[in-house]
Amino acid sequence: MKIKECCTVISQECIAKDIYSMWISTKAIAREAKPGQFVSVYTKDASRLLPRPISLCEIDREKDALRIVYRIAGDGTREFSRLRAGDTIDILGPLGNGFPLEEAKGKRVMLMGGGIGIPPMLETAKAIQGEKIIVSGYRDELFLTEELNAAGQLYLATEDGSAGTKGNVLDAVKANRLEADLIFACGPTPMLRAIKAYALDKGIPCWVSMEEKMACGIGACLACVCKSTEVDGHSQVHNKRICKDGPVFLSTEVEL
Amino acid sequence: MMKKDSLHLGVSLAGVELKNPVMTASGTFGSGAEYSEFVDLNQLGAVVTKGVANVPWPGNPTPRIAEVYGGMLNAIGLQNPGMEVFCKRDLPFLKQFDTKVIVNVCGKSTQDYCEVVERLSDEPVDLLEINISCPNVKEGGIAFGQDPKAVEAITREIKKYAKQPVIMKLSPNVTDITEMARAAESGGADVLSLINTLTGMKIDINRRTFALANKTGGMSGPAVKPIAVRMVYQVAHAVQLPIIGMGGISNAEDALEFLMAGATAVSIGTANFVNPYATVETVHGIEEYMRKNNVSDIHELIGIV
Repeated sequence: MKIKECCTVISQECIAKDIYSMWISTKAIAREAKPGQFVSVYTKDASRLLPRPISLCEIDREKDALRIVYRIAGDGTREFSRLRAGDTIDILGPLGNGFPLEEAKGKRVMLMGGGIGIPPMLETAKAIQGEKIIVSGYRDELFLTEELNAAGQLYLATEDGSAGTKGNVLDAVKANRLEADLIFACGPTPMLRAIKAYALDKGIPCWVSMEEKMACGIGACLACVCKSTEVDGHSQVHNKRICKDGPVFLSTEVEL
Repeated sequence: MMKKDSLHLGVSLAGVELKNPVMTASGTFGSGAEYSEFVDLNQLGAVVTKGVANVPWPGNPTPRIAEVYGGMLNAIGLQNPGMEVFCKRDLPFLKQFDTKVIVNVCGKSTQDYCEVVERLSDEPVDLLEINISCPNVKEGGIAFGQDPKAVEAITREIKKYAKQPVIMKLSPNVTDITEMARAAESGGADVLSLINTLTGMKIDINRRTFALANKTGGMSGPAVKPIAVRMVYQVAHAVQLPIIGMGGISNAEDALEFLMAGATAVSIGTANFVNPYATVETVHGIEEYMRKNNVSDIHELIGIV
């Protein structure tokens, strides 16, 4: 069930330049949440109406807490970065479908994250029982590497070559001769497009988490659509709602 | 303190009795399914659906929305599944609830509109809202809503096919909205709704291009409310028809402004994105205001300024 709650900030930490990690205490959202889902986060400044969709980095069901790791992209996220322990924050969630963990059973899974697409791979990796390879691509400064390394075998790529393979996540896959039966990916569209092509070439299924500007976050306003390869049952056209039908899609279902 | 059951919130729109004056604004609420997870649709005066065309429409490219100070721009482009799927899937869903169903109708030509109106004539629909004011599609939409002769002509044509009362939804993107209101009245409209969104533009200075793929979009949200209240007031004094007021309504205080300006009912749109409970909270807020101010019937407030 989706709900809007007034939550309490447990902690806030800057973990890289402009990248922040916030733990939030919820009443019910964390309990219901799944890896790959997101929450709508509201600013306190009423001139900024719309919630910011932010993916879940970690879910602590016992403590009913959520961790979001986000980049300052504008004034709304800057406002979030200034919140401190004890401050309140309105969130709506959990939203979207999440990664299909049942697909991962008995398979060697490659979790590929790029930039601010890395955080959702942490909870997803923690939720997968079997063999998992995590490939994270950064511009330069690293974040979440300790946690990711604890959740699976971690490989790094950096654009400037300061850590791991110089280049992107697919360069790291090639350099380390990594093989998998299934891919879960989140990151910028050009990265997802390249991963989709790689998966097609290897003949393995690939699930991608997408993003777009959102308003309602629940599938009503039709702002955040992506192109689907087939006519979608709900829309009756080649459009799927990222917030409701996604954000995770089988790569062959969507145009990238 | 008066008891709740002594409050009369019911209003009538062209003979259709609504339990209260609060409804949803077209395009912000789908066909109710998504928001029914948050609010009890039985508590609303009516649900106004997203625009329905004769065939499925794919809408505009993304990005389709942008936030602006105190509001937002949208250029969804009237994406909709078409009237057949709407009648088979969305209408039966809405009919489970004890609320009135108002179907917003869009088209690219007069014939398109009439086709939808005719298709809906024997469906369980209480009122039709004709969208002649969408700023985000090239053909149809606002093209019909900015010329009084065109407004009157399309209203007259639609009335020939409509079995349900017809609401004409007016655009604020005109020099004198009362001219359009009078034209709709002359054409035989039963109710008027206003305002649709105001055409706006935002430039993304980092990408150095338009924030919306469509370049322009319709502005909505709290920032447009004073314009909408003024237009409702003007139109209320220009025509005899009942008015559904909308434009930036977020809560009961906002809704009461529109009622006092002369609206018989109000629609809540963009506020749903900010607060998914906004519609029902507005109903409760109006009740609270009435109790506090010893108003027993909502009609005591309509058009009192």
